[in-house]
Amino acid sequence: MANKSVWSDNRFWQRSATWVTGFASILLIWLTFDTSAQIAMGNDEDLKNGVTKRVPGPTVINYKITYEMDAKRGHEVPVIGGKEKFFGRDDWSEEEARALLHLGKLGSQAKNCMDCHTLLGNGAYYAPDLTKAWLDPAWGPDGAMQALTGKNTKEEAMAEFLQHPDQFPTHARMMPDLGITAEEAKGLVAFLKHMSSIDTNGFPRNFGRMQGAINGK
Amino acid sequence: MANNHLTSESKQLATWYFTFAAILFGAQLLFGLVAAIQYVMPGFLYGILDFSIARILHINALVVWMVFAMFGSVYWLLPDETGIETVGIKIGKLLFWIFAAAIVVVVLVYLFIQVGPADATTIWFITEGREYIEAPRWADWGIVVVALGFVANLFLTGIKGRQSGIVTVLMADMIAFAGLYLAGMFFTDNITIDQYWWWWVIHLWVEATWEVFVGAIAAYGLITMIGAHRKVVEMWLWIEVAMLFGSGILGLGHHYFWIGTPEYWWEIGALFSALEPLPLVAMFIHVLYDWGKTQGAEMADEHTDEAHVKSVITNKPAFTWFVLNAFGNFLGAGIWGFFHTLPQVNLYTHGTQFTSAHGHLAFFGAYATILVGMMYIAVQGTNGIKVMKHTKASLWGVSLITGGVVGMTVALTIAGYVQVLVSRAQMGATWAAYFDGQSGLWFAQAMDWRLIMGTVTFLGFLFLAKDLLTTGKNPVHER
Repeated sequence: MANKSVWSDNRFWQRSATWVTGFASILLIWLTFDTSAQIAMGNDEDLKNGVTKRVPGPTVINYKITYEMDAKRGHEVPVIGGKEKFFGRDDWSEEEARALLHLGKLGSQAKNCMDCHTLLGNGAYYAPDLTKAWLDPAWGPDGAMQALTGKNTKEEAMAEFLQHPDQFPTHARMMPDLGITAEEAKGLVAFLKHMSSIDTNGFPRNFGRMQGAINGK
Repeated sequence: MANNHLTSESKQLATWYFTFAAILFGAQLLFGLVAAIQYVMPGFLYGILDFSIARILHINALVVWMVFAMFGSVYWLLPDETGIETVGIKIGKLLFWIFAAAIVVVVLVYLFIQVGPADATTIWFITEGREYIEAPRWADWGIVVVALGFVANLFLTGIKGRQSGIVTVLMADMIAFAGLYLAGMFFTDNITIDQYWWWWVIHLWVEATWEVFVGAIAAYGLITMIGAHRKVVEMWLWIEVAMLFGSGILGLGHHYFWIGTPEYWWEIGALFSALEPLPLVAMFIHVLYDWGKTQGAEMADEHTDEAHVKSVITNKPAFTWFVLNAFGNFLGAGIWGFFHTLPQVNLYTHGTQFTSAHGHLAFFGAYATILVGMMYIAVQGTNGIKVMKHTKASLWGVSLITGGVVGMTVALTIAGYVQVLVSRAQMGATWAAYFDGQSGLWFAQAMDWRLIMGTVTFLGFLFLAKDLLTTGKNPVHER
């Protein structure tokens, strides 16, 4: 035993494994507390006072959202601007907005959205990423989808599409009819608008660049 | 099972778990083929079995067959490691039937009900709609009960019998594995919080607890199949545990780059996930080194020329799958994972077919291989075989499956490049950008090749299934 090395001693490695695992777990738990505080959903007061939250409150649906380059952070961030009508109103109360977002989030799970699309980049790759879908130029005033659905606003065009996706074929790969009701569609659009306001550290990069103006061209 | 050489009820239960796992493996490949066909012919089964449903079944069958085979592996090795019959085996057997019946109900609901209204009843009874763990909430609770029963079997047996290093690692690992599932069992309106905890289940299973499980199984396999020295094997196992948990637990950070979580996860995720391949290299070296060492010792003992010396391997097909595991884990999880784990790269690759390429090779290389190896060990034990040889079917099976999966991985990697360059870097990730990438020639051809290679994989599975069912009675083996 005298000339046996510690490196071939099982007790040494067992203890090392225990300490390393314990240390990593404690660090993860500590970081989880910090992160949880930072990703908690904001509220209406924050929005009114211009307090930036990584995940804004549900009443963010009353505001215009853009995705702009932040020189200091070196990537795009969502910017919450002035009021903007959402289904004809820009005075959705905290309760109403919360209920709508709740319906939309439930709907996103009940219809298995994530098994074709990606949300925040996670999910399946059979259909476009929905992280910033609300900001997609295709649904904007000059995009194809408002004309295709015969609606005058982004939210109405999206809601109409979600209820009858099989009637608006854009590609051979079509979204199926998932039995989404008018109310559920409203909720889903609110969910998408809210998701686009989440600070995703610049993902996706250069969103919509080809459609946007670059140096006036 | 007639002519059964098994005297242990625990091993008998293991064969039930392996059988059900193999059936689900077949189902996984079938629904994967449906989804692969839909990439090539979007009209295929449209409105009947849409891509989302095929994919749910593809990935859920994957997770569940692996969990079944993992439970089976533990029930198989427990009597060998502890020297006693598994404690509470009757309850273990009852729980198997509950588990299997619950899976059948969940699958039938996925297939025939598919989606529900946007309310809590859908979450409880149809689908939770969260990738990999779509199983409705009632099934979540069922899984918790079954997992607790399994962990109780393992703990009571481990405490009562001989407690080897392998059993100690499994006890610590399996309680974490079962406990982590709880992190995926709640609903929140905040999608960032949702995905934060969802990754606790997915990542801490696949990149931490499952990997440690593989380390323990590899250790058991080396001892039983080539007579590797237990003390050396268990020392390696503890080193692997330290490295796997040391890198894998905080490597979780590489899923927190873009979901709304703070920027410090860039550094933490990059650093620790970059270390994740290291233990996989260690495992690779460990398996091949031990094999060479025991074979070398055998040759030195025999004092004959190389051509006449006996192989130390007592189960050729199982050992083939174990060696494939050493390669596949390192390549699929290690290299293909490292490709896109740094945030500077991941910003463009996140949510593309790159992930899919990595997923295919990693799940196959790290888990499918070693679990199929365990199935062969069970066939050997059940039929009282001393030295198990390859058959034509076992060779065709392993070759076609491996070739098919590698082919799919290459095809998906190319598809990923197209997406990264066209949809992401050039066009800016919009709806139009997405379809520009998808309609590219290279992407379309990659999807054709994925379907072809998927079919090859399925053919290989047919050979594998045939071999597992018939090889036990084959006279080529030494009894």
